[in-house]
Amino acid sequence: MANKKSFALHKLHTLLGLFPIGLFVVFHLTANFQATKGPEAFNSAVQMIEHAPFLLFLEFGLIYLPILFHAIYGLYLAFQGKPNNSQFKYYRNQMYLLQRVTGVITLIFVAWHVWQTRIQKAFGAEVNFDMMADILSNPFMIVFYAVGILSAVFHLSNGIWSFLVHWGITVGPRSQRFASIFSMIVFVALSYVGLRAMFAFV
Amino acid sequence: MAEKLVHLIVTRQDTPDSTPYKEEFKIPYRIGMNVISALMEIQRTPVNAQGQKTKPVIWESNCLEEVCGACSMVINGKPRQACSALIDKLEQPIRIEPMTTFPVQRDLTIDRSRMFDALKRVKAWIPIDGTHNLGPGPRMPEVDRQWAYELSKCMTCGVCLEACPNVNDKSPFIGPFAISQVRLFNEHPTGKMNKAERLETLMDEGGISYCGNSQNCVMSCPKGIPLTTSIAHMNKETTKQALKSFFFS
Ligand code: SF4
Ligand code: FES
Repeated sequence: MANKKSFALHKLHTLLGLFPIGLFVVFHLTANFQATKGPEAFNSAVQMIEHAPFLLFLEFGLIYLPILFHAIYGLYLAFQGKPNNSQFKYYRNQMYLLQRVTGVITLIFVAWHVWQTRIQKAFGAEVNFDMMADILSNPFMIVFYAVGILSAVFHLSNGIWSFLVHWGITVGPRSQRFASIFSMIVFVALSYVGLRAMFAFV
Repeated sequence: MAEKLVHLIVTRQDTPDSTPYKEEFKIPYRIGMNVISALMEIQRTPVNAQGQKTKPVIWESNCLEEVCGACSMVINGKPRQACSALIDKLEQPIRIEPMTTFPVQRDLTIDRSRMFDALKRVKAWIPIDGTHNLGPGPRMPEVDRQWAYELSKCMTCGVCLEACPNVNDKSPFIGPFAISQVRLFNEHPTGKMNKAERLETLMDEGGISYCGNSQNCVMSCPKGIPLTTSIAHMNKETTKQALKSFFFS
């Protein structure tokens, strides 16, 4: 009976979503934003990251493994729910569904994006401005990336709200409403950063 | 003279395993009618809208004043109590269905045993038995009594489970009401003494972490119980309890 495993896994899931994954997303989008200042600025940002010490270790420990766990466990959670949005059209219920939908879209997007960039790098390609400009020369890819970025950003912003509830930080309705507004501001701000950066490659 | 009629579409089921079907009824309107009195009318004259004789519709009810929770059903798409669902305030035809989150026994009667099992699991009571007189318990501050009283209004009606997307046959989630009851009993000055025990039960399989924050429960509870506040509060308490037992015991 006393089985606290899923309690601990749930907690880990919400924690990893913010630290390190959420922080990484913010960092990544900000680094991309360098592209708005021209190819050189972007390339030097990439160079700087690639020269970070213990890079491979950091990549696995802070990015790949947390994302893998968050994604697999998240899928398992998402498919345990039975959305009832046509019957209950409340705001938070719509967010409940969107959180799960954007999670799945983000996973597909991230898998494809990693294949196009990081895995190609492992095969010997160079990650730089031209690589992204090349990828985004395809109009279909522009749409795919825009949807992917918006999904990831939404999932993160609304995830901050859920995190605060899951850890018992926002308890009463007033603080939760405030967190709702805050999370939407984060969504708008990060969407701007993400999309602006993406269109710099187009 | 054309008599005013009430048009009902009832989802019926003959046995726990048989396939549900819909049956329509047109019954004479009376002033101040509610869904229960409409069902009573069908019971008196079990004739459907086609004029055929049929089995009377089975349902459950007790208090008829929205305090027992027995008459919960889905009326026009929303789970609620039939006894407080006034015909005048409902759009016709009125669709009446059982709450299928629970096993349907027959027609609108459901088996809510899982809720009582959940209450037993989270130890939603205050142990006061001793071999000798334990004397009066500590007093409760009035400010806390006021909000705790609100939580104590829960009538185990099941509406919050029916509204929750995470309560279903794919998930072991015990449901919002049980979490709120832990908050209630943990606030009671005597109940507090078994606080840790109850929190531990919430951390077990199917416990508090299965909440997906859709917050439908708080929007649906007929008693206006602040379920999501209780859940978030218990999130905090279980987290503290987990850290405490990890580091200190
Ligand atoms: S919390 Fe509200 S909706 Fe849930 S069982 Fe109790 S009274 Fe019904
Ligand atoms: S009969 Fe008791 S709540 Fe309706």
